[in-house]
Amino acid sequence: MSGTRSTQSAIWTVALLVAMLMPWLFYNYHTGRHSGFVVSMLSQMGMMSILALSYNMLLGQAGLFSFCHATFFGVGGYATIHFLNMAGDGGLPVPMELIPILSGLSGLGLAIVFGYMATKQRATAFAMITLGIGELMTTAALSFHHFFGGEGGVNANRMIGHSLFGLKYASAVQVYYLILAWVVLATLAMFFLTQTPLGRMANATRDNFERAQFMGYDPRMVRFLQFALSGFFAGIGGGLYAITYEIVTFDALAAPLSANALLMAYIGGSAVFGGPLLGAVLITLLQSGVSLLSNSWLVYVGVLFITMVMFAPNGIMGLVLAHRPVARAGLMGQLALPYLRVILPGLLMVLGFVGLVELTSFLTIGAAQGRTLVLFGNRIDVHALLPWLISAVLLFGGGFWFRVEARAFHRVWERLMAEVAPARALA
Amino acid sequence: MSCLRLICYSFAVVCGLSAGWPAVAQETIKLAYTDPFSGPFASGGDEFLKNFQYIIARKNAAGGPLGRKYELVPFDDKLQPAEALIALKSMTDQNMPFVMHCTGSNVGAALIDAVSKHNARNPDNRILYLNCGALATELTNEQCDFWHFRFAGSVDMRAAARIKSLPPDLKKVYLLNQDYLFGQSIQRDSKKWLAKLRPDIEIVGDELMPFGKVQDFTPYVSKIKASGAQSVVTGNYNRDLNLLIKTAVDSGLDVRFDTFLSHLIGGPTAIGAAGENRLTSIMEFNSNVPVDLKVPAAEKFATDWRSSGHDTDFSALNFVTMIDMLTDAINKAGSTDPLKVALALEDMHEKDLLGQETIMRKEDHQLLMPYYAGVFSKDVKYDAEHTGFGWKNYMTASAADLTLPTICKMKRPE
Amino acid sequence: MEIVLVSLLNGLVYGMLLFMLASGLTLIFSMMGVLNFAHASIYMIGAYLAFTVSRLIGFFPALIVAPILCGLLGAAIEVWGLRRVHSNGHIAELLFTFGLVFIIQRSVQMIWGMLPMAYRVPPSLEFSLFTFYGEHFPAYRGFMLLVSAGMLLALWLLLKKTRVGMVIRAALTHPQMASALGHNVPMVFTIVFAGGCMLAGLAGVIGGNYQTTEPGMADAMGPIVFVVVVFGGLGSLLGCFIASILMGMIQTFAVVINYSMLDLLKPLGVTLSDSNLFTEIMMMPVARIGALLPFVMMIVILLFRPRGLLGTRDT
Repeated sequence: MSGTRSTQSAIWTVALLVAMLMPWLFYNYHTGRHSGFVVSMLSQMGMMSILALSYNMLLGQAGLFSFCHATFFGVGGYATIHFLNMAGDGGLPVPMELIPILSGLSGLGLAIVFGYMATKQRATAFAMITLGIGELMTTAALSFHHFFGGEGGVNANRMIGHSLFGLKYASAVQVYYLILAWVVLATLAMFFLTQTPLGRMANATRDNFERAQFMGYDPRMVRFLQFALSGFFAGIGGGLYAITYEIVTFDALAAPLSANALLMAYIGGSAVFGGPLLGAVLITLLQSGVSLLSNSWLVYVGVLFITMVMFAPNGIMGLVLAHRPVARAGLMGQLALPYLRVILPGLLMVLGFVGLVELTSFLTIGAAQGRTLVLFGNRIDVHALLPWLISAVLLFGGGFWFRVEARAFHRVWERLMAEVAPARALA
Repeated sequence: MSCLRLICYSFAVVCGLSAGWPAVAQETIKLAYTDPFSGPFASGGDEFLKNFQYIIARKNAAGGPLGRKYELVPFDDKLQPAEALIALKSMTDQNMPFVMHCTGSNVGAALIDAVSKHNARNPDNRILYLNCGALATELTNEQCDFWHFRFAGSVDMRAAARIKSLPPDLKKVYLLNQDYLFGQSIQRDSKKWLAKLRPDIEIVGDELMPFGKVQDFTPYVSKIKASGAQSVVTGNYNRDLNLLIKTAVDSGLDVRFDTFLSHLIGGPTAIGAAGENRLTSIMEFNSNVPVDLKVPAAEKFATDWRSSGHDTDFSALNFVTMIDMLTDAINKAGSTDPLKVALALEDMHEKDLLGQETIMRKEDHQLLMPYYAGVFSKDVKYDAEHTGFGWKNYMTASAADLTLPTICKMKRPE
Repeated sequence: MEIVLVSLLNGLVYGMLLFMLASGLTLIFSMMGVLNFAHASIYMIGAYLAFTVSRLIGFFPALIVAPILCGLLGAAIEVWGLRRVHSNGHIAELLFTFGLVFIIQRSVQMIWGMLPMAYRVPPSLEFSLFTFYGEHFPAYRGFMLLVSAGMLLALWLLLKKTRVGMVIRAALTHPQMASALGHNVPMVFTIVFAGGCMLAGLAGVIGGNYQTTEPGMADAMGPIVFVVVVFGGLGSLLGCFIASILMGMIQTFAVVINYSMLDLLKPLGVTLSDSNLFTEIMMMPVARIGALLPFVMMIVILLFRPRGLLGTRDT
């Protein structure tokens, strides 16, 4: 990942500042409190960032496709609940700020056990072993009560009274800042890991594991260490989950959460370190935000995913970084107009698609629910032809126009690429 | 890179600004309602939403509480506690005084906990949790809370009604349940009530099966047959129940199915003729009960439901009771302040739509209500889900019958 | 003795149902290296289509029409979607099919609604074939056995005895060479994918009324089918068959075993007094975890033999 260190550091610093200031942007001065919903979402984004980054240690950096990643997140969460209960009873003199370390260690312990088995194999065999492990753990969480509490889960009170800074953690904002602090720590740690020999060898075994073997490194050992450490960080995420929600149920280690981790890492961009973080922010917005607006949000996620897989396999970050040579040559301005020309039909296409999905969903599901369809502030009669026509026109018309503009954009892009890196254009 | 971030954050800002506006005095009383509306479990949430729309429309037409109208605000929790808690934050941001929730004790437990802590930490922005369907007995026992009111029979109450409604000539019973908290509770409570009320019945089989994972029930059917059971008492629902019954009937196994939840939406359609005269269930209501008890108003309620374009049977009488009690409590308290409404709700006595006495017990905030045992039969006035078969009422367990002790030690607010 | 024979028969029937579903997936997996996550979703679509079609023109025509429709759907997915993703590697293909799962599930909910469909066994097959130790063996189950055996035979014949099958097998192991010889390799892939989806659709027609037809059926059948395919191994239809029957038998027999690990240790005088997580695990009877045994078996075999039982290719 080249590019001046100072630009990168600047970008990360700005991001951190924005994250720190976000709750205050949504402060309600009349009632004197933060928007609980926004703080909740931000906290969720924080936890999911750690989960996605730790998942990417496997997917992006080591080329390992795991189906059971949420297991370590969940077990970290369960363990933390038990720790919180112990601390609240006075049996554990650990301050709140350091509890996530214990969560991480729980995740690490389990990851060592499971990793020993799973990393014996690579690729599909590895993936299927982790699938089996995930299923077994979910069923165990439902069946066994002592550690997992059954369907109702286990709960705790996070106001345990120990704190390095004397904070009570009653308010959600304090918890958010704790999460933010740990996100920063975990991100730095994971970034540091990528720069170590282990991190580099993980990349090597991902790209060409035979060659890595010839060099004398045991790919199995590399995989195992990477798996164990990713479990450590996932455990930290689980600990923060437990602290925020004060309850952990089997959902925290079930397959949908592992699937989420995959989505976030992939959509954000698994080839770039910061990609999963972006993915986590986006997917959380989609899941918790858009789902409040539409019950067909799963379709949008699926379509987004498929589009990414087909046209942008390096994720959003990949797309953004592809502009780096152009930016360095100072030619970004030349892309402004082509982008505008592509974005407009693209937007229309998206609107048309959303319109059609919502209309169909409403026709079959929503109407029976007794609701009226309100799209962008307008009441719409589902049975009239007009809304359908408009959506179809937007989708297909926009689609055709988009194709034309996309081809033109592609030509501009190729030309710019040839200018900026002539050697590459021959490849 | 920061471009994209900027877009994302702008989006968040726009979303947030709409949430951050100061609360203007609303004319309507907002009833937040959270359940799964997407994903594989959406069918339940979908149906309940329709039920609530129907009930609230009627309530508003008849004059809502304090002369204002109810407004239903749904939130999709995807059956996940974390999502429900995020939705809860959105509700409290908008100062909604009440949240209803009907599916999943995992979410229910999380909500009780979160509402309790939120109310303790934010006394000026409280919310009341009205539970219309999270059934685990623990929720009004070990986990009971002042801010939680349950308007559905707990597992214990249903088990009592279930055992009471077993035919007197039944001697051998096979217990089959799902291996998670709910199924295990049913197993435990069924055994408890069998010991208390029907010591003459022999339990010839007692089994837990993996929840939602069994595709082939033939080995279970073989076991049931080998045990010589006359009836299978099971809390299974949806796929776990439908497949069990289908397989049993296909194999020619001649047993009764005394279930807890086969009346749930989709059950009658999936089971069909296979269940005739051998499938029974314990339910809050079905269209034939008012015929039996001769309450024309309730009968009309159910038929109006059908004729307003719904393919399903109305069975959620407890929802009606919930809205009625809530309305009365708001009127009595003179405001929508959760503390006042809670105090007014406690110990409320109300006659439900069928004219039966129901009580919201002060001790544990559990609604004491009757349950009706119905058998799947052709000999009914109203069928279920257009299958040609309906639930024929054969036993009523009144609220008094189902008044059970509780170990709840509720912490009351000052 | 009775219980052994009964369980054998039941296990066989269930195994054959699994095989019907898994055979299509094995085909696709072996040919293209793609673990098609949407396979169970196509199964679901097959069931729903069969329901709608059988209402219009009857069950037996639907037996032919619904799989064909599923095959066409599969071809469309391959041509317009999967093909573009080939170049991005196996993981990208897997993720693509993963995204499809969400879309298909919501689409099914939108088109047919959220409730189970009243898709029933046709009356002509609703009788008892014979009685086995007092239990009826329904004719429909016999029909199912027939169809799945027929599937196995047809597949084997197609692949081993026909030209098309030969080309497919060649394109599997040596795509460049097959292409150089003039065969249209992308077309072969499309045919194979469509064929796999057709098999899934056929399994859906049969399985939809044997089980229930509802939006959650893909989630229910999905994991076990992957387990069967991986256990059986890449590139081997016979492996898939053996794996299906084996898993079916094991799950069926497990249900009749009411012993737990503690019962094994009891003769040695071991008793457990406390109540904690460890005792819970020890006291778990095998019947409670029957449905999980396939996963355990899969993990065990992958640890020692990553190719699966009879796999010819490394994954």
